[in-house]
Amino acid sequence: MAEILFREAIKRGLAEALDSNPNVFIMGEDIGEYGGAYAVTDGFLKKYGEDRIIDTPISEAAFVGAGIGAAAGGLRPVVELMSISFSLVAFDQIVNMSANLRYMSGGQIEVPLVLRAPTGAGVQLGATHSQSFETWLAEVPGMLCVCPSTPYDALGLIRTAMKTKNPVMFAEPALLYGMRGEVPDEHYEIPFGSANVQREGDDVTLISYGAGMRVVNSAADELEGKGVNAEVIDLRSLSPVDYDTLLTSVEKTNRVLALDTARRKGGVMAEIVADLQEQASEWLDGPIARVGAEDVPWPYSRELEQESYPQTADVLASLEKHFGI
Amino acid sequence: MASQAKTKAGKAAKAAKKSASSSANGASGATGYSEEQLLEMFRQMYLIRQFEVACGENYAKGNIRGFLHLYIGQEATGVGALSPLKEQDYIVTHYRDHGHALARGLDVNRSMAELFGRKTGLSKGKGGSMHLFDAAKRFMGGHAIVGGQFPLALGLAFSQKYQKTDGVTVCFFGDGSTNQGLYHETLNLAAVWNVPMLFVLENNGYGMGSAVERVRAGSPDFYTDVDKYGIDAVAVDGMDVLAVREAAEAAVARLRAGDGPLFIEAKTFRYVGHSYADGQKYRGQEEVEEWRRKDPVESFPKMLIDHKLATKKQIDALKADVDAEVAEAVKFAEESPHPDPEELFDDILA
Repeated sequence: MAEILFREAIKRGLAEALDSNPNVFIMGEDIGEYGGAYAVTDGFLKKYGEDRIIDTPISEAAFVGAGIGAAAGGLRPVVELMSISFSLVAFDQIVNMSANLRYMSGGQIEVPLVLRAPTGAGVQLGATHSQSFETWLAEVPGMLCVCPSTPYDALGLIRTAMKTKNPVMFAEPALLYGMRGEVPDEHYEIPFGSANVQREGDDVTLISYGAGMRVVNSAADELEGKGVNAEVIDLRSLSPVDYDTLLTSVEKTNRVLALDTARRKGGVMAEIVADLQEQASEWLDGPIARVGAEDVPWPYSRELEQESYPQTADVLASLEKHFGI
Repeated sequence: MASQAKTKAGKAAKAAKKSASSSANGASGATGYSEEQLLEMFRQMYLIRQFEVACGENYAKGNIRGFLHLYIGQEATGVGALSPLKEQDYIVTHYRDHGHALARGLDVNRSMAELFGRKTGLSKGKGGSMHLFDAAKRFMGGHAIVGGQFPLALGLAFSQKYQKTDGVTVCFFGDGSTNQGLYHETLNLAAVWNVPMLFVLENNGYGMGSAVERVRAGSPDFYTDVDKYGIDAVAVDGMDVLAVREAAEAAVARLRAGDGPLFIEAKTFRYVGHSYADGQKYRGQEEVEEWRRKDPVESFPKMLIDHKLATKKQIDALKADVDAEVAEAVKFAEESPHPDPEELFDDILA
């Protein structure tokens, strides 16, 4: 078992796919010569050549769409967006084309496309580069949406992504690229739609995903000091959502707090919480607590950005307010 | 790269001249084709016309719902452009897609059943008029976001080059889509990647109700702009099936040899409104009548008979067969079952 960086885990998964399947190719802005804005594809151009590691012009809609066409034509493209905020430029292609093609063709057309993009706030990039549009794409039927929070999960999920026959939004929390974590040498995969109980506890269930896991785990540490045992669940997969794991936990703890590092309003957790309210009302001792970023554009200033970004203290305050713990 | 673009532009000018000198529905261009080929072109155009007429009737009856965009008037463009294609070639088109579907040989019954929203339709009733698909025939859709189909075609052409096949991808689009960014982005990338993609612009003069000159800066011609991307382009009379076919044959041969992408602008016209609901307040009937005089479904068989390339008897027999085929398609669609409620949840994910 070796410790590797989050970005190295994704890189390893991509390299495995490139090595094993000649139909796999990667394209995006500055992924070749430059090595990728977050260095995930660094060295790939030299190793795999320019037919398979393709630097695109700054034409997100065109190269995402071309990835969809290439997938429909029998290839297995990985398309990298420099930021998930730039997905807006390609949103028509992602939603209307990649996710709808199978359905509107009555199942005739397959789009095995992996769309990768850094996501989330916290690195002072301001309003246009700090958003988390996996929360929007998780709503779209016809595509899958995952977001890892550890190097282990990143590798396990990218391996699965490279095998599915569906379009996948693979959101990579920008804050986590430099995170270290243990990854075994033996092959493993993580199926989509499987949440991960990162920490077991009986008193309260804390649900989040991606960069939000740092916040809920830190809150769980604090709670432990107060004698409260939190169960911490990483969704890992935003579409589909693993409701079985969530419900099993709620039945045990009877209390839930859900955290988005994206804007709370309209976030993924809004949907999940509504579903849990409906499905688990008999087990719930009170309301489901929610913590998320404020209903504002992302500011540049460190102080303002952190004011909006959910903090450990926000989780603790919410738990105290709603559950008295 | 600059010198290559210059050479290509030179070739384009030559090609344009060649196409201009070819027949305007005249017999001179027709002599290169067999009687069978000529009759088949007529059959396809007449089939599209009669299919569209039947669609209009069934829209009025409420059998077809949603938006219905008819291809009436543009038949020569679709038939001519698709004639040189082979099995390995892809077709991507816009929402006015019935003509391309039929010219590609999609099943007439299943096409009509799709418009009726029936289980037996091409997409089991999930696509409708604007989204016809037949992956087995590499007919990769009718696409209803204007200009959204460009990069899909680009990617299919990319896959053909990547897999080292000699297949080509034909992408149909209207003049309205040329004001979308994706038009320009795709021309650029197609040229940068040198993919076997044939852009076929069906310039019918109107993006819904907006005439080209009201929404476009510069020249009313499109093909003259395309050499800026290093892409050879020609203009053809889109009402002349032979002129379109000749241009498409030349282009497809070059694409198969790796000399792509290429561009054809077909000047054409739709006699009917943008959709069935269109009252056509934005144009006069004189313009429509003027174009109708060039109607390929009328003039092409007349030319064949006049030049003794086919007999009236042959034409009449073909018409009778097509009329029966369309009537049968309507009957098939009417009698087909509606989708079962549980099919709502099928075909979303693999």
